[in-house]
Order: sequence, then C-alpha cells, then structure tokens
Amino acid sequence: MLKAIVYVTLRESVLDPQGSAVKGALHTLGFAEVADVRIGKYMEVALETDDREQAVERVREMAEKLLANTVIEDYRFEIVEG
Amino acid sequence: MPQLTHKEPTAEQIADQKLYRELGMTDEEFQRVLDLLGRQPNWTEIGLYSVMWSEHCSYKNSKPVLRRFPTKGERVLQGPGEGAGIVDIGDNQAVVFKIESHNHPSAIEPYQGAATGVGGIIRDVFSMGARPIALLNSLRFGELTNPRVKYLFEHVVEGIAGYGNCIGIPTVGGEVAFDATYEGNPLVNAMCVGLIDHDKIQKGVATGIGNPVIYVGASTGRDGIHGATFASEELNEQSEKKRPAVQVGDPFMEKLLLEATLELIETDAIVGIQDMGAAGLVCSSAEMASKAGNGIELDLDQVPQREAGMSAYEMMLSESQERMLVVAKQGREAEVISIFDKWGLRSAVIGRVTDDGLLRLVHKGEVVAEVPVDSLAEEAPVYYKPSEVPAYYLENEQVDPLAVIDEPQDLRQTLKELLAQPTIANKQWVYEQYDHIVRAQTAVKPGSDAAVVMIRGTRKALAMSTDCNGRYVYLDPQVGGAIAVAEAARNVVCSGAEPLAITDCLNFGSPDKPGVFWQFEKAVDGMSEACRVLNTPVIGGNVSFYNERSGDAIYPTPTVGMVGLITDTDHITTQDFKAGGDIVILLGETFAELGGSEYQKLATGNIAGRPPKLELQREAAVQGLVLQAIRQGLVKSAHDLAEGGLGVAIAESCFGEEIGATIELQTELRADVALFSESQSRILLSVSPENAEKVLAMAEQLQVKAAAIGTTGGDRLVVSINGGEVINSPLSELKAAWKDAIPCLIG
Amino acid sequence: MKVAVIVFPGSNADLEMFNAVEDIMQVPVEYVWHSETDLAAYDVILLPGGFSYGDYLRCGAVARFSPVMEQVAKAADAGKLILGVCNGFQILLETGLLPGAMLRNRSLKYRCKMVPLRVENNQTPFTADYAENEIIQIPIAHGEGNYYCDQETLARLKANKQIVFTYEGENPNGSIENIAGICNERRNVLGMMPHPERAVHQWMSSDDGKRLFSSILKTWREQNGAAINA
Repeated sequence: MLKAIVYVTLRESVLDPQGSAVKGALHTLGFAEVADVRIGKYMEVALETDDREQAVERVREMAEKLLANTVIEDYRFEIVEG
Repeated sequence: MPQLTHKEPTAEQIADQKLYRELGMTDEEFQRVLDLLGRQPNWTEIGLYSVMWSEHCSYKNSKPVLRRFPTKGERVLQGPGEGAGIVDIGDNQAVVFKIESHNHPSAIEPYQGAATGVGGIIRDVFSMGARPIALLNSLRFGELTNPRVKYLFEHVVEGIAGYGNCIGIPTVGGEVAFDATYEGNPLVNAMCVGLIDHDKIQKGVATGIGNPVIYVGASTGRDGIHGATFASEELNEQSEKKRPAVQVGDPFMEKLLLEATLELIETDAIVGIQDMGAAGLVCSSAEMASKAGNGIELDLDQVPQREAGMSAYEMMLSESQERMLVVAKQGREAEVISIFDKWGLRSAVIGRVTDDGLLRLVHKGEVVAEVPVDSLAEEAPVYYKPSEVPAYYLENEQVDPLAVIDEPQDLRQTLKELLAQPTIANKQWVYEQYDHIVRAQTAVKPGSDAAVVMIRGTRKALAMSTDCNGRYVYLDPQVGGAIAVAEAARNVVCSGAEPLAITDCLNFGSPDKPGVFWQFEKAVDGMSEACRVLNTPVIGGNVSFYNERSGDAIYPTPTVGMVGLITDTDHITTQDFKAGGDIVILLGETFAELGGSEYQKLATGNIAGRPPKLELQREAAVQGLVLQAIRQGLVKSAHDLAEGGLGVAIAESCFGEEIGATIELQTELRADVALFSESQSRILLSVSPENAEKVLAMAEQLQVKAAAIGTTGGDRLVVSINGGEVINSPLSELKAAWKDAIPCLIG
Repeated sequence: MKVAVIVFPGSNADLEMFNAVEDIMQVPVEYVWHSETDLAAYDVILLPGGFSYGDYLRCGAVARFSPVMEQVAKAADAGKLILGVCNGFQILLETGLLPGAMLRNRSLKYRCKMVPLRVENNQTPFTADYAENEIIQIPIAHGEGNYYCDQETLARLKANKQIVFTYEGENPNGSIENIAGICNERRNVLGMMPHPERAVHQWMSSDDGKRLFSSILKTWREQNGAAINA
C-alpha cells in the first residue's frame, strides 16, 4: 500500500483572502515576523498499489483532473509508504 | 466520561462500583432499572437507560409541568410527541414545525454545534413527511465586547449559514439578543417549518410484526456518544474536555436524505420513519417500537460503521448525524433501498419488528442486550421538583425603576444609543450570511416583525416569528412567559397573519434549584394562559435545562416559535412606512413601565423591578383589530412595539424605505418614559389619510385605545411631546447608528 | 421549445429555476437528473444553484464529471442555449465551457442580498430584452463568487464583449473587474453568480430577472422562426 500526500495551494498570482486574514490575525497577536501566509488543502490519498512509478503518474492525473483547479491552484505531492 | 474501551465492566462491577453514576444516573434510578428488569443490567443495557432516562430524552423533570400547556385545537393534526407538530391550513395542506435547542454543543464548538442543531431540526420536520420550507433561529449571547462571545457569535452564525445554505432551506428569520447572562452559555434554538399534504403525514412507529427495520444515511462513528446526557448537565470547566461529544454535520448528506425520504414517502412502502437524533439508534428504535406496542430486534453487525471495532454500547449511543430509521412494509425492502441507492445513500436492513415488546440487540451472534422497550421509552422516572420563590423576585417588588433614572437632556442622543444596542441594532451582518431567498418563496425577508413565506399555487402564505425577552421572564416568569407568546403572536399579526400555534424551546438553569424550577413552572403557566386566550396551542418543542456557567443560571428564556396563516397574499404587511403623507397611528396604551427594558439597561447597567404588565384580553383585542384592518386593506405598515418602545419602533418603521416622520405625542408621562417604555399590546400602524378615520373608528368599536400621532414623510425624524420638540434628527444619522453597531463591534 | 433544469446531488435552486421558466417563459420544462446521457429533447439547458456534491472539494469540481455534463458540452457545441446560475456558473467554469475560476468571497463570508447589476452587453440571447448599461436589481447568494481569470483571459473577455453583467457600486465578492456574469465567444453559454430566477415577481423585491427569461424565449423564437422560413 502506498499513500499520496497532496498539497493544493492558490497560485502565487492569486490573492488568498484566508491567508491574508490569518496573517492579519497573527500580526495582531504580536507575531510581527510573519511576512506572508498561504492557506491550502492537504489531502491523503490511500492507494491500493505498490508500484511507485505508476502511482506518481496516476496521482498527477488525479490532481490535474479533479484535486486542483490549475486556473487558480498549484499542487505538489509525495508518495509515501501507506 | 467513562473510558470506552473494549473491556466493558461486568454487571456486578456496574452495581458494586456504582459505575452508573458516571453515566449520570442516580442510585434510585439504578434501583428502578433493577426493579424493571428483575436482574442486573450489563454495560450496554445500563448505557441505554442512562441516555433514554436523561432529561433530554425523557423530560423526567419537566413532564408534570409541561402537561399544563394547552395542546389541542380544531386545527391541530399532531400535537407534542412526534418529531414535530402539525397544524391544518386548509385545502388538504398542513404546516409542520418545531424548535429545538443546541446550546451546550454550541458553547463548546460553536460552528458544528449550531450546524448540527439546524440539521437535527430539519430531520425532525422531514421525517414527518413534510417538505422543509423555512428555518428560523433564536440566538442569545453575552455582551459583544467580550472576545470569546464575539468568537461564539461569529461561529454560530457561520455554522447556521453553513448548514442551511448548503441544504437549501432559507433561513428567513429569528432573533439575536445579547445580555451578559448568556456569556458562558449561549442559546442556539433552531426552528424549522415544513409543508405537507394531510395524506402524507408519517409517524415514528414500528408497526407490523416482521417488518424490516432499515437504517439509512451516514455511517455510525463514535461521535456524540452521551450527547443527550451532556445536554442534561451544567457546563463547567470540564466541558471543554468533553469536546468529542460534539458531532460534525454534513448538510450535503442530509440534502440527499431529505430528497430520498420525500421520494420514499410517495411510494407507500413504509410504515414508520424517525430521525436518529439525540441518543441515536437506541432512542429511535425504542420509541418507534414503544409507540406501536411492539418490540424490535436489531442485528448490530448490519449497522454501517465508520470506525473499526465499535461495541454495541457505542453503536447504540452514537449521535452521528444525518441518519434515519425506517420501518418498511415486508417484501418492499428492495424498493426502499433502490431509492436510497439512487440518491447515493447507504442503507441496510438492520432488524425486524417483533411482537415481544423487547429491544433485543444481537452483536456478533450473541444477544448483548434485551430490555422492554416501554421501560426505556415510557418508564423513566418522573420527578416533581421542589419549587421556591427566589429572593430576588421578592426584593424586586420594592423597586421603582423610574426613581433611579434621571430624565436625559438629549433624547435624540438616547434614541441613537438605544438603536445601537446590539439587541436592537440592525442584524444585516447576521442574515446576509444566511441564504434567506433560496426556493424563492420568501416574501418578507429577515428584519421585519415576522418572516413571510409564500405557498406556491395558492393565495396563502405563512408568517413566522420567534420571540422571548429573557429579562422580562427573569423579573416575572409568569408575565414574561405570557409576553413571549403575546409578542410572537403580535409579530405574526403585524405581517397580516392569523396566529395558528406555537412550538417552544424552554431554556432554563438547573431544575435541581428550587428557584429555577419556580421560574420554569411560572413561565409555563404564563405561556399556557396566553396560548389559551390567543388560541395558539403548543404543538411541540423542547426543554433545555442546565443552562448555567459556574453555578449561575441564565435568565429563564422560553423561546416561542409562532406560525400564522395569511389567507390572501394581498394581506402581507411589513413594518416599513410606504409613502410620505400617511398617518401614523399608535394602538394600545403606554404606561411608565421600564422594568427589564433596554432603556433601563442602558441607563442603569442593570435590570430591576417588574416587567411590563400584560392584559391578555386587551392584547387579543389589539391583534384582532390589526388583523381586521389589514384584511380590509386599510393598513400600509404595521410594527409591534418591543425593545426600545415607541421611539425605536418609529425609527425602525422609517428605516426600510428611508421615509421620515413627524410625531406629536400628548402624554402625562415623562418624555423619556413615553418614548422608551416597553408597555405591551401596542402596535404602530401607518395608513393613508383617507383610511385613518376608519381605522380609528374600528378601534373605538373594539375598545382599543388608538391615537393618530403624526404623519410620515421627509428625511428627518421629528418628535414633539405636548407641543415641545424633543427629537429632531436626520434619519440618516439614526439609521447609521442602528446599522453600523454590530459590524463595528465585530470589527 | 423544451427546457431542462439539470439536477445534481446537492442542487437546491432547481425549484425556483423551474418555477421561473413556468411563470415567465410558459413553455414545457423538466427536471433532468445528473445521470442523464441524452439531452437531445431540450432546446435550453439550465444549470441551477446549490451545493452540488456539497461543494466539498471546490464548487462545481465534482459535478463537472457527472454524465450529463458531456451532453451539456455537446449541446453547447450545437449552439443550444445554456445558462448556469451560481453553482451552475461554477460548474461551467470547472468544465471549461467558460474561462476562469471562482475564489472565495474576499470578505470570506457568504453573502445574500439584492445587488445592482449593470447590463454590459445586451447583444446576447440572454439579455436582448435589457437596455445596454441598464442597472437592474438581482439578488446574490454565495460564498464563492469571487471570479478570477488571468490578464490574458480578461483581455480576451473584454475584446469579445463576453462580460455580460458587472456589479454596480459595491463589489460584493471581490471579483476581477466587478464581473458578475460572462458568456462564451459564441454567446450561447452564459454563467452568472446573481440569481435572476429569484427576481421574477414584484413580491420578490424585484422582477428584473424576468427579462432574462423573456430574452431566451424571444431569441429562440427568432432563431426558430428563421429556421422555418429558410
């Protein structure tokens, strides 16, 4: 069994209102060193396969098709032992 | 909380070590179980009793008092006892509604607490076979200056929005009030209104020996175990640690469940259906069997499970959301399951109706519990709690609220400050987050006295409102309880409807305190009397005790949810002035009544004395007059006088269409009292000049005090008292104070 | 003429869409379940608002893969009129029938209110009965209506006059260039966040949405008539 850890974040060029709100809140709480906050999605996808190479390919397809909307989002993922 | 491990205590350990106490049961209650069973219960069985005999499920502390409510009426098709009450509205149609509290879960996890409260009340309504058409919420929080309160407020509103918006039932109204008494224990009371045809009414009964018991909806997890017990205890420092008791809502799942259920009812393949709400599977199965005089056998291995290794105890007590229990006609299982399949819902036959009156649970091939269903559902102990007049009530007899308030120099400023009190201030910040127009039947949106929802294909509409002023109820529970009913009715009448019936959510402190129990009894008495006179029976509701924090009870807050019938949509009326040059008429009488008022709170920082008095016959006369005048087409706007009195009511009627008014009052009262007293049974009308005399004559005939007090028009609010001008303000300035108050406090 | 209102699991503004067609267009209208694989019988396809599949991953992301969406794409190719409102708009974006994507409202709050819209382009089958630059009152009800596209796409939208509605005055969600609704180049697919179907009777506080439905009917009749005459 393998597991894909998928991270989806808004693209750099896209304003992240949630991130801005959290950054503001952190500043209010005294964390002046916070320069930026980006909020994204974290997904764990359990895969019934042991073929890493195939897994990479399939997960990329999943991300492109459904998990991320590449008009506004970037994604990256890693494959780990499930 | 007991550790829910695989190793359960034995029947002997439960008895010897008094482990039932950890489940909230008393020694006497355990003895009662022993007597009923004639043997020692095992861990699963004692778990069943502990939740079924909690106040939340059994009403053991409140039952004797609740019997005082009038529950019958010529239009009542279903009174208390089912998921929701039902009232006939003619043409084979009926309205189904109920209000319920989700206070404790919301105090701990406001978003999910409020969301699941909404989800639960919706299930209560559609499990009757009705199409839910509207939601309302009655919310109470501490003062918005407190950061924790702000957090609770924001997240409760978001939770309500998150659930209601997604499932697609408009949140059309309700109220939000703020007072320090609710600081640690906010009130989240959710009401749902549905429509049904008479022949589609479903009941939660397990009839027909051998009929299959079908589970549908979300899988069962360990969430919410002992939620009902949790609701029946005071909140304290430990409550935060009980967080696992809070469930997570899935409005999408519930939307599917709703559509599938309504489709299922069309098939005639089922005999009974009930929501799995508080106390989950045990409550729904025991109640359905008990109501039918039957038993139920469940094979727990068939229950869809979300987590591995769940015990019988955990499955039976889980309060996982979005689940229903259906009893189908034998042989029609496949038909039922295919409908659920269409909607992508998981369902399973988990048992059968039996003739032995027992709830028998089989897990992994063994009988793990076997107890009479009636002993769970019907034979909970009933307590007659001691009641005692609290000292504060007696002390308040001597208080003259007027004596300690000096007449302000600048009444314009006072009015502005009152308009900015969060309880009175505009709630747009709240209701803009709710989809209040989905289904596109909302004719009167949030912000008026009552919301109005159209009934498509007819000339009819439904008006709905929730009301309760906890300060009045605290100062005099009987009068305050009656006022809650009267005000709700008044709101509904102001929108052009005839009040039909009420549902109530009785939020009180611990019934173990004689002073609190006295408040409870008196409030119920007051409400009952008002319901009788106004002909609005109680068709259902819920009791929420133990609303306390650090030993202090909240103000008693018996929220009333009222529904009224508008017989012709032409009668729909709002509170806003409609045009310049109309005559403003005040119905009812104003007395020096400041006890419990917003003005008293503003001026003294506290409430004291007695609340405004209420004469029910006078109330009925005023309401009758307004309804008659509206039906004759004589009324352009109607607005109930409530918090902030006449001054606030006039300002509010000006705000909607931004039409000013010039008001001239003749009174023996002090100017501030005339403007801000909260005397009851008063309604502000605007009528066109040619109809003013007619309305005044009609009032005289019905012996209702009425006076033309001014005219609408312009962009200022000008008020003179006995010829002297006391307020002269641009409307925009007053409106800004009213509109900006809550956004400013939230920041 | 026959109209389809597509129903996805979680659609919830299908009722008012259906009612608006009945009341304003007065033509046959049917609900069509998302698993349907044949839309040949329908001339106009309406994608209603709601929370398809709970909008749990992204609004419209899962609905886009419903079997019916392939047919919607085919219908769009064939030049049939397709209107997506709110969640329907989001689905059209996810499907790629319209360019761009939807972000959460700038305020991070769901907003339900009547808003003024400017009719930027009345030369579409959906807006023929409006005047250009007319200000109309249509309610919004959404948490993710903050329309976004890159500069290149925006330039194209402008050049082709694909921006059909913009918010007038306050922008309620932070959308780029105040965009409230856009169409495809061919003008037969319109997506918009505001709900015209919730503004078709005076008692709804506005009936400005009526003319969107009457425009559809008018266009269809013109095209249909032209086809017969030819």
